[in-house]
Amino acid sequence: MSETVPDYPMKREASCPFAPAPAVRTRTRAESIGQVRIWDGSTPWFITRHADQRALLNDPRLSIDEKRPGYPHMTRARAAGAPHHPQLITNTDPPEHTRLRRTVNAPFMVKRVEALRPRIQQVLDGLIDDMLAGPRPADLMRAIGLPVPTMVITEILGAPYEDRELFQTTSHVLISHDSTPEQAAAAGRQLGGYLAGLFAEKMAAPGDDVMSEMAGKVKAGEMTSAEALSMSSAILIAGHETSASMISLGTLALLRNPGQLALLRERGDDPRFVANAVEELLRYLTIVHSGIRRIADEDIELHGKTIRAGDGVIFELAGANYDESEFPEPDRLDLTRPARQHHAFGYGAHQCLGQSLARVELQVVYGTLYRRIPTLALAVPFEEVPFAMEGVAYGLKSLPVTW
Amino acid sequence: MRIEFDEPKCVAAGQCAMVAPDVFDQRDEDGVAIVLEPAPGPEHQDAVREAAAVCPAAAIRLVGE
Repeated sequence: MSETVPDYPMKREASCPFAPAPAVRTRTRAESIGQVRIWDGSTPWFITRHADQRALLNDPRLSIDEKRPGYPHMTRARAAGAPHHPQLITNTDPPEHTRLRRTVNAPFMVKRVEALRPRIQQVLDGLIDDMLAGPRPADLMRAIGLPVPTMVITEILGAPYEDRELFQTTSHVLISHDSTPEQAAAAGRQLGGYLAGLFAEKMAAPGDDVMSEMAGKVKAGEMTSAEALSMSSAILIAGHETSASMISLGTLALLRNPGQLALLRERGDDPRFVANAVEELLRYLTIVHSGIRRIADEDIELHGKTIRAGDGVIFELAGANYDESEFPEPDRLDLTRPARQHHAFGYGAHQCLGQSLARVELQVVYGTLYRRIPTLALAVPFEEVPFAMEGVAYGLKSLPVTW
Repeated sequence: MRIEFDEPKCVAAGQCAMVAPDVFDQRDEDGVAIVLEPAPGPEHQDAVREAAAVCPAAAIRLVGE
């Protein structure tokens, strides 16, 4: 192969921190598919185009079985952990995946998460009141971004909100690429121990929450305790910093695009407009920036190249979301554009389980925050806002704001 | 327009129920899609096309398009 194989993940340009790295864009515009070099020196295929992702992420010739040799793991810590994982929705293919996903899906159904909307609104209204009553400047990440998903997830799981410190620290360690395998394992044990204790309480005295619902399924023999605990931990980790990042990064992106922010403020009471604005911000930010991973079961021909059985494949979601043939002028944040077909939640059978919940959270936040605080502004120059690029998803370390 | 729904493929992401709530619902126990209107009227067809397009499992096929 004469082409140089670029390293992955790729660095973004400091001047446009929301857009994918230039090398991702170049790959999306190219005629053929390419490869990237990852942490272990291997060179998985790199799929960035929207149409290619749609075709391949539903292709049964690609597997998500992380235990297979050659699977392109995200980090050394993940590679070390993979052999010890039970069967999960994140490492099984259909039909096993279908069975597992249907077991855990009920709490994330559209009508169930819609029923949470008034409670999320109430939580948010309280947090905004508290922030406005406090000193200026404030850190929007601490005041709104993190507490909203934390409250929502703890209520869904049926965990006491007082235990949030443990959730926040352990889930951060677990998703950060800076964590060593030992740190990740220790955080995993701490969170696992906590959840096992909570689960035992729910088995004995069930309440109206997801862990109690899973306890019922374990008693009925529809699910094992290990599956229930893995699922609880996945819900907690996956639904936490991701939503927090979307809230703080979305706010930052809107403050950088005052015309769009004004539009959202004017039309924040129109649920259809707000719902579309959420889709566009999901597209524009594409916070999951470390690529979703598969391994080929069979040879696959694509654009004149052959992905061989056993080859790793990485899908860069931001590539598809900035693919000019699907989203013209992708660098422009346009809350009115049709953005529903973005891949911010992935695509295919493994598309984000919590996406409907995330949508409701973001619709409530984006539809409320800027109307309640019309003078919201950055308290530091944009260049000084500290980005956190090291995780599975990117976000902000803090967002200093004033009003 | 007629909807062909491939239930075994459904991953219960609920996108159809979100985009076209008059035509799709989700089963209470596991969220698997239910087709309420297999032959949707013209007023629902745009939403149904979008539902088919956003289905992550490509489980919704439209016939007679």
